[in-house]
Amino acid sequence: MHVPDGFLDAPTSVATGVVAAAGVGIALRRARAELDDRTAPMAGLVAAFVFAGQMINFPVGAGTSGHLLGGALAAVLVGPWTGALCISVVLLVQGLFMADGGLTALGTNITLLALISVVVGYGAFVLLRAVLPRSVASVPIAAAGGALVSVPAAAAVFTLLFAIGGTADVATGKVLTAMLGWHTVIGIGEAVVTGLVVSAVVASRPDLVHGARGLAARRPLVTSEAAA
Amino acid sequence: MGAGHGHRLHFHGHSVVHRAPAHLKILALLAFVLVVVATPRDWYAAYAVHLAILLGVVAASRVPLGYLLPRMVIEVPFLLFAALIPFIAEGPQVAVALPGGWELSVSEPGLLAAWGLAAKGTLGVLASLTLAATTEPDAVLRGLQRLRMPELLVQIMAFMVRYLDVVTADLGRMLTAMRSRGADPRSPRHWPALARTLGALFVRSYERGERVHLAMLSRGYDGRLPDVEGAR
Repeated sequence: MHVPDGFLDAPTSVATGVVAAAGVGIALRRARAELDDRTAPMAGLVAAFVFAGQMINFPVGAGTSGHLLGGALAAVLVGPWTGALCISVVLLVQGLFMADGGLTALGTNITLLALISVVVGYGAFVLLRAVLPRSVASVPIAAAGGALVSVPAAAAVFTLLFAIGGTADVATGKVLTAMLGWHTVIGIGEAVVTGLVVSAVVASRPDLVHGARGLAARRPLVTSEAAA
Repeated sequence: MGAGHGHRLHFHGHSVVHRAPAHLKILALLAFVLVVVATPRDWYAAYAVHLAILLGVVAASRVPLGYLLPRMVIEVPFLLFAALIPFIAEGPQVAVALPGGWELSVSEPGLLAAWGLAAKGTLGVLASLTLAATTEPDAVLRGLQRLRMPELLVQIMAFMVRYLDVVTADLGRMLTAMRSRGADPRSPRHWPALARTLGALFVRSYERGERVHLAMLSRGYDGRLPDVEGAR
């Protein structure tokens, strides 16, 4: 899923790099407002968690395998700003320390996988949560919905970038159909895993789930006097 | 956090390339891949020059090619995609002779595009691997700091790199436990069990972050890290 060097031409790569830098800059400021001086250790550990989650490969047939992308998952668990920041850091570390994803494509990868997938995924999550009944049980379903749309959305924006700065003249319609079809299938897997993971966390620590804030049942303190 | 502080890709050495300041290496890598990406696809000689420069650096680093080449499998999915392009691209068709007297009609611009993708992607992966193999993670982080990457971002990356092995080993133990109970974490049938594992991993990682933060506060953390700033 990581775009390598040479997929998009130099001007497009530089432009997405500027978009990514601006997006990460905003996410940094907003995440610090959310986490204050806990930002570095918390975001670092959540990024390590996302990386670990991406290491589990699922066979998707024809000898290829896919893995969790985690944009919508991170946004629901720790909030959209911290989530986008964590995914960006994962991509930075993969690009700089593990040669996974080209350095010139880093801006493209951050824009698609950290910014677009988090914005679209979290946006859909918030919409669904507003429509569904107000309870903790709705959170995993809304999270799955967010994950489902986040993957084809990133694929559609990639197709747009490929139409602008692609290095092969393949008809845009063909690319769009192939990308959307394929990534809807990936999105279904992403949705199932995201929903299940969120429901597991909501069941044990609803207080940690950013997307469930204000929904967790407030249990009144029952003292012996009241009980009597 | 006993073992595993080493870099997954790092190849220990003392060559000129290993000793070069990390920020210069990062800048050189960025300049190199930008030039490669901007090189027109039909300047075949230029690609030979790029490859010669890169192989020269690899030779100077004394990292054996046998160490780098197997690690290039990371780009295989994109080589497969590149191989598809001649069949789906537009433009005039050209016949390619195959062994056994077969002929294959493919798009000529598509063929050129496939070559461009494969060449640029391969040069980029080899160059990035060379940086990763010759530079310790701490040095890369200090290099990024010298290149004025925002302090907070460097700190987050430092924490991720530092706890990566702890968190992945944690997950590894959970997956081993799943397998020893007869579950296959990769199979969709066992996704509910895998999801609970990942949920537990999230809670553990988050709580570890909180403990680390408190431990740092008790040691006088004020928002800056002394050890990433080149105390060594």
